[in-house]
Amino acid sequence: MTDASRLEDEDTVWEEREALIDRIPRWVAMTFLFVVVVGIWDLVTRMGWVSAIILPTPAETLADLIFVGGNLIAGEYMLDALWTTTLTVAYGFLIAAGIGFSLGVLVGETKFGERAVMPYLVAIDTMPKVAFAPLFIAWLGFDIGSKVALAAFIATFPIVVATAAGLYAATDNERMLFKSFGATQLQTLVRLKLPTGLPYIFTGLKIASVGVMAGAITGEFLGGGRGFGALIRQSASQLDTPRVFALILYLSLLGLALYFTVVWMQRYFVFWKKGEKQGGPIG
Amino acid sequence: MTKVEPLPLEPLTAAAQPLPVYQIERLSKIYVRNNLTALSEVYLTILKGEFVSVVGTSGCGKSTLLNIMAGLLPPTTGRVVLNGRPVLGPRPDIGMMFQQATLLPWKTTIENIVLPIEIREGRGAAKAARGRAMDLLQLVGLGEFANVYPGELSGGMAQRASICRMLVTDPAMLLLDEPFSALDEFTRDFMNMEFQRICMEREATAFLVTHSLEEAVILSDRIQVMKARPGRIVEDVRISLRRPRTLEMINTREFGEIVAHIRELLGKEAHE
Repeated sequence: MTDASRLEDEDTVWEEREALIDRIPRWVAMTFLFVVVVGIWDLVTRMGWVSAIILPTPAETLADLIFVGGNLIAGEYMLDALWTTTLTVAYGFLIAAGIGFSLGVLVGETKFGERAVMPYLVAIDTMPKVAFAPLFIAWLGFDIGSKVALAAFIATFPIVVATAAGLYAATDNERMLFKSFGATQLQTLVRLKLPTGLPYIFTGLKIASVGVMAGAITGEFLGGGRGFGALIRQSASQLDTPRVFALILYLSLLGLALYFTVVWMQRYFVFWKKGEKQGGPIG
Repeated sequence: MTKVEPLPLEPLTAAAQPLPVYQIERLSKIYVRNNLTALSEVYLTILKGEFVSVVGTSGCGKSTLLNIMAGLLPPTTGRVVLNGRPVLGPRPDIGMMFQQATLLPWKTTIENIVLPIEIREGRGAAKAARGRAMDLLQLVGLGEFANVYPGELSGGMAQRASICRMLVTDPAMLLLDEPFSALDEFTRDFMNMEFQRICMEREATAFLVTHSLEEAVILSDRIQVMKARPGRIVEDVRISLRRPRTLEMINTREFGEIVAHIRELLGKEAHE
């Protein structure tokens, strides 16, 4: 017990301490998790609990990572494959963005789009879109075209939905204000609804950037060709699992690059929301 | 560059009479959907330079009245005339202010202020109006904040910017929909005094919808007391407190009596 007469000398200090797990710095936490996962992986393979054909050892995987990396840097056949896949992903994404945005504006801005187009879009969206791959191959052949089509097909829907939702985001006050200015529907769309909807549209683009990768690789699995997906399938059919792991890791770099390009564009174009969190921890 | 215009010859009888700016006759509004008579037989004439308020319980139709005056809603019957021309839609000679400042976050303060001009007359005209916008910003004490984004403005500053946006087109009629009710009481008092100063300087004609009796009394020349079901004006209260009004006037007996009188008029309805 403290002496009551001494109370006036002491500041009332609240000690707020975060939970222990929240006080670990990011790099320590990330390294820690990495070491734990690789440690378990190594243990499982070293003890022979899992067959080496199913799961290669970390060392084998690292060796293959270095090999594939060397091949890429030297500009050999793997770089060509990665370039093919990059083009597929880029074309697919641009086509999806163009069609998705246009359909989104049609659905969000016109009664016709909302009443007639949206139900069909929802119906198509509920189908497993990968099942369309054989059709695209039949229509567009085994070249890059069929893969681009599948990638774009998968990535379009999230952009449509996000754009349409974004156009609803302007508040009643803002709409009233534009109405009082005598603004036309086009002016209200361009000067108010699209800028207000940009954060939504970018969220759609982020989802699409993940989908477009899945579409491109699935297309290459099913339709062959010269892309990274075909390389992965080849290695898998030869039971070369370390190579499969290595290829997937390099492929993920492409996905990350696309994703962060979108994030960077969002920071640039939606500059007025810089301070706010735009999408939680992943935003 | 002063252009000398001949003074208009006025008939001797109408010498000192200010001109009516806004005239409303036997206005009614019926919402067919739920068969609600929002307004019934409303007559209102607002003269040049007059400040008129409308008070009433929620749902008495005062917002409907304001929206019809702004050309945002069509009347069911009656005449609605501004500056001799019927109001058939939003007009450039009407300036509006809402409860929320509603500044676009991707435009700077000054870009927001010239927005009505940008929408109506294009970017060139908006650019040409920047000087006028700057004068207005100076008038409300926001001169240093012209190139700042609204995210950095406080609530009161944002509302002052929206005053500038309303005034930039030099409208004949100001329509105010509870413009300061989202602000805290001190900011609100300050804004009321600022607004009175601006209106007096520009000899503005204004129509204010408000929930606050004090605000209505301190700003207005006349207060229209409205009652609901059907929405109608039951009394036109003339406020003869001298101008400029000050916050101290709120504590005078005269002020208190006016507030009490309106409160009684409205209180009866609350019990009905």
